[in-house]
Amino acid sequence: MNAVIGKADHKLTARGRITNMLLTIVFSVISVAYIYPLVVILINSFKVKAYISRAPFALPLDKMFASGTNYINGVAKTNFFDALKWSFVITVLSVFVILLCTSMCAWFISRVHNKWTKMIYLLCIFSMVVPFQMVMFTLSKTANVLGLNTPIGIVVIYLGFGAGLAVFMFSGYMRSSPISIEESAMIDGCEPLRTFFSIVLPILQPTYVSTGILEAMWIWNDYLLPYLVLDIKRYKTVPIAVQYLKGGYGSVDMGAMMATLVMAIVPIILFYLLSQKYIVSGVMAGAVKG
Amino acid sequence: MERAIKKYWPIFVLPTMIAFSIGFLIPFISGLYLSFCDFTTVSNATFTGLTNYVKAFSDTSSNFVNSLGYTALFSGISTVLINFLGLLVAVLLVRGFRGTHLFRTVFFMPNLIGGIVLGWLWQVILNGVLANYGVTLVTNEWYGFWGLMIVMCWQQAGYMMIIYISGLQAIPVELTEAAAIDGASAWQTLTRVKLPMLMPSITICTFLTVTNGFKLFDQNLALTNGMPSNRSQMLALNIYDTFYGRTGWAGAGQAKAVVFCLLVVGIAMIQLRLTRTREVQQ
Repeated sequence: MNAVIGKADHKLTARGRITNMLLTIVFSVISVAYIYPLVVILINSFKVKAYISRAPFALPLDKMFASGTNYINGVAKTNFFDALKWSFVITVLSVFVILLCTSMCAWFISRVHNKWTKMIYLLCIFSMVVPFQMVMFTLSKTANVLGLNTPIGIVVIYLGFGAGLAVFMFSGYMRSSPISIEESAMIDGCEPLRTFFSIVLPILQPTYVSTGILEAMWIWNDYLLPYLVLDIKRYKTVPIAVQYLKGGYGSVDMGAMMATLVMAIVPIILFYLLSQKYIVSGVMAGAVKG
Repeated sequence: MERAIKKYWPIFVLPTMIAFSIGFLIPFISGLYLSFCDFTTVSNATFTGLTNYVKAFSDTSSNFVNSLGYTALFSGISTVLINFLGLLVAVLLVRGFRGTHLFRTVFFMPNLIGGIVLGWLWQVILNGVLANYGVTLVTNEWYGFWGLMIVMCWQQAGYMMIIYISGLQAIPVELTEAAAIDGASAWQTLTRVKLPMLMPSITICTFLTVTNGFKLFDQNLALTNGMPSNRSQMLALNIYDTFYGRTGWAGAGQAKAVVFCLLVVGIAMIQLRLTRTREVQQ
């Protein structure tokens, strides 16, 4: 798509060039304004907490400068690195399990046609629209009864709740892809499991990437589901850790909050800058399937 | 081939279906049933008919009808604003000028940051600005309303922009060239050629923004937490509060959740039907 962007430049009229230059300037200004909130948080993370709500846009100079105390407080109060670890474990495991299980399920329901597979497909679509509040109470009770309130157990819940989107994405792709290669492989005596892993899985690679990204964005940032399902005295994810700073009724330690926000945002931005090509195309693919 | 695959259903379908039952189907069905029951835990439920629904609608402390209006208004305005902004930026960016790639990267970035983090981030910024006027986000529910609007526009416009860009780039060049040869102005090309061709993208984007607006929870929790006195509480937070903020209200909470669910599913279906009929065949 980058080939398309910017290719028309050389055949533009003088007026078109000036318009484009103005647009570049306007968008540069907007982009800076867009990032500005993040910069404010970064600045405030180095400010003594009493000044954060009093002078949020001032630079942390002289007596306002807090050096690293906010970070030390933030890490200590939220046990931040533990939260980071659990967020990572839950996201990676869940996405892996979701991709493997739902792609197999989607292949089955798009190659076998009967009333059961049709029903599974419709249920998956339905589950995508249903709001989480509908099931939150009964789901957290079910998870407790089954002992799924650990970072490993919650993977089952994510597979169940994330299956809708993934099955939808995979079967959307499979419906449009030709069945003949699979058929000839199976006529040659290749059994279904091998057909899936050696023929279907490689073809599905782009869909794996885009589905994986959509699911990872959701799971990493999810707050309420892990908050209700996990045993949060022992396991906190990053969003839970951030919200935990608010505590019960006491006022919030804004210094620790700012530092924690920065620590929560930095890994995401790094990840984004490294893999934005896949993320952007993943979002596009997800939209086209709809 | 179908028969050969069919025998393998325990391997292909069963794991997903077991998890789907635990994570969605069983909670959904038991949730539906519990909305007609009096209960404190799942096991001690007694059937009480529509009592919970009556209680849900007559709740004065977390006013459900008030939340419903607040949420519907928010969802409506945010859908228009986010799609307008996303489309505007997309139309300009596909022109292709210096830096488009960088701008696209910047505008999409907030989507990766979670709702809780965003809510706290903007709370500091918005309260910092409002302090100049002697008010805060929770002075009354409308400061929270527009604050939340800014947060959601900031976050989602970039996502919709990406979808619109891919939609715009899928429009065949012949169409816009033919329009140009026929003497159409840039505005005419946009409204008569590009927008009709863009209807599938508009369907998706409005679907996403409407349902996101109705389901909004994290940002609402972190930004205002429903303050002052639950007046800036959107539906999802209202239901959560009814369940976990008070004792003896779980039944009413579940009834609210069922109404909420029907509402979201209904709106999603109506919205898809409305915009689908405007899509043109290429």
